[in-house]
Amino acid sequence: MSSKTAIAIHGVAKRYTIGATQDATQFRESIVSMLGAPWRRLRRLAGHQSADTTEFWALKDVSFTVGVGDVVGIIGPNGAGKSTLLKILSRITPPTRGYIDLDGRVSSLLEVGTGFHPELTGRENIFLNGAILGMMREEIRRKFDAIVSFAELDTFIDTPVKHYSSGMYVRLAFSVAAHLEPEILIIDEVLSVGDLHFRNRCLGRMRDMRDEGRTVLFVSHDLTSVRQLCNRAVLLTAGTVSADGDPDSVTRRYEQMNRDPSSAGAGSADRVHPPPGYHLRRVELRNQSGTAARHFDAGDAMEIHLWSSGRAPADSYTVEFKLLNEVDQVVSFGSANPVRATYYTADKDHYICRLGPLPLTEGSYSFSFTVRVWNEARWDFWENAIGFQIDRCDLFKTGHSVTGDHNGPVVIQQEWL
Amino acid sequence: MRIEPAKSWQGLDLAELWPYRELLYFFVWRDIKVRYKQTVLGALWAIIQPVATTLLFTVFFGRLGGLSKQVSGSYPLFVYVGLSLWTFYSNAVSLAANSLIGSSHLISKVYFPRLIIPIAAILSGLVDFLVAFAFLLVLMAVYHVAPSAQILLLPVFVLGTITVAAGAGLLFSALIVSYRDFRYVITFAVQLWLFATPVLYALDIVPAKWRLLYALNPMVGMIVGFRNSVLGGPLPGDLIATAFLTAAVLLAVGLRYFTTVERRFADVI
Repeated sequence: MSSKTAIAIHGVAKRYTIGATQDATQFRESIVSMLGAPWRRLRRLAGHQSADTTEFWALKDVSFTVGVGDVVGIIGPNGAGKSTLLKILSRITPPTRGYIDLDGRVSSLLEVGTGFHPELTGRENIFLNGAILGMMREEIRRKFDAIVSFAELDTFIDTPVKHYSSGMYVRLAFSVAAHLEPEILIIDEVLSVGDLHFRNRCLGRMRDMRDEGRTVLFVSHDLTSVRQLCNRAVLLTAGTVSADGDPDSVTRRYEQMNRDPSSAGAGSADRVHPPPGYHLRRVELRNQSGTAARHFDAGDAMEIHLWSSGRAPADSYTVEFKLLNEVDQVVSFGSANPVRATYYTADKDHYICRLGPLPLTEGSYSFSFTVRVWNEARWDFWENAIGFQIDRCDLFKTGHSVTGDHNGPVVIQQEWL
Repeated sequence: MRIEPAKSWQGLDLAELWPYRELLYFFVWRDIKVRYKQTVLGALWAIIQPVATTLLFTVFFGRLGGLSKQVSGSYPLFVYVGLSLWTFYSNAVSLAANSLIGSSHLISKVYFPRLIIPIAAILSGLVDFLVAFAFLLVLMAVYHVAPSAQILLLPVFVLGTITVAAGAGLLFSALIVSYRDFRYVITFAVQLWLFATPVLYALDIVPAKWRLLYALNPMVGMIVGFRNSVLGGPLPGDLIATAFLTAAVLLAVGLRYFTTVERRFADVI
């Protein structure tokens, strides 16, 4: 650890105000309060309820410093405030209290390919994206050839990116980001996209950054890469720093926290930062006896209950789940429409999916949910909505449980003759 | 650099904007490029829009409504001159107003001064305006109208119009982020604004005692000034001075509101 400070975070706190329908209501409310009481009574007669806004502290009191040349991994469960901290550091949203001193040229990457326009060619997007990330035109021009060859798509560079495959698209996007030369790099889990080859290249580039002596702040779910890359880890829980130190002990502490059944909720989860407008607000996992649970055994049946905030924007949509394992690999996918053979209607606000028997090996899993018009607009995406644990996997009653560590996440029904 | 809580009274930091000039350039360049790539007729649309509106207004207001009698010279030419600037103005205001919510993805992922987004939306319309203006020169040749020396004053009124568009555009764009209702307000506000501006009719039909009140609409002075510097004609000093004054006030109000709320955008967009 160096003695010079690159990032100093002093008592940072962030408050969000969560309203049922935040944007539209406030304006109506402000007009209503202007017009005074008679109108309020009328509204009450008409059955309107005043929006109950609740305060929510995403970050409570976070302080730590990062020395020049440090590579710090920020870990923590969902809703712990990791992304909020990242957004404050990236100047996207201001803190409610506290302040941060940054010493050096900062680049922040919350995703790759921000601002890519599908109608523009690869060449044009390199310039646009580079400028958005804070590069000067001259700098982009100088690095242009390197970016193109790093992305491995010389022949397609003058093709609009809408014709790119998703792999080409991500390669180009990453390549631009990889050519940033900040003194301080603030980076989200952009690494978790793409295939294994791509992830390795991303990790390689991060390692280079580290070796070049740049300061890196890295927010991640992937404990393995935190252990490999970082020389320090910070564990955030419920908006405060609950552990800070060498990556091995901090990540181990986090894993223990995850395994502790008492820290798991009662089998349900509410949305921490609901987006304005229509969204999924609550999920519950139920076991065979119909009670909410987070612990299952392989072979059990599971019922997912999802509740939305109200009327959907239109008819004819579907709800999908993605099941992910501990290292965020997709284990399985399911969608309501092809299975039900019919779409959901707008007035539906409670969706139930019966799953099972679960063919999963021991370990922890999580669900992400999407609501979308088939192959088109995505109305809502609730990432890592809820996690659950497979405590025991003994599908063949051998008295021997199968773990996920070396055996993969899934056990196929089998007979040996 | 220090990151602090948002102040309730945030000023405009020009020094902070300067390093982002190239990003402004790239946004303008992107908007123009994308607009022309996606349309078959491309730059022709910049002419079709004011020409079609001119034809429509000539028939309904000029002929049937009798407005052409108040206008000396050709009514279609009179209307087209006003409309070429008005079309730029109304497009600029609506594009700027909707620009922030159209860029919500950028706003929630990257930092840059948010002011760049609506300003780029306004500037990208200038290309269309130049095309429409080139066609105006063609029309003048057709109607045998020669420009006078006053045409040199023309950039002044174009700049003035940009100022008005920036004032209204910034104000509306910031309001729309918090209150989506304003998306509907802006559409008909711009429509009504057209009728409160002497585009279709001559200034003379407004009674003299109402003139200064009428001129509080800054576009009155801009349109009259623009048209008379192209076609020749008196430049009423009182109207034009009022127009520039209200334009400056509108821009100050728009900037003030925008800079005060801009740091909240990512939380509410």
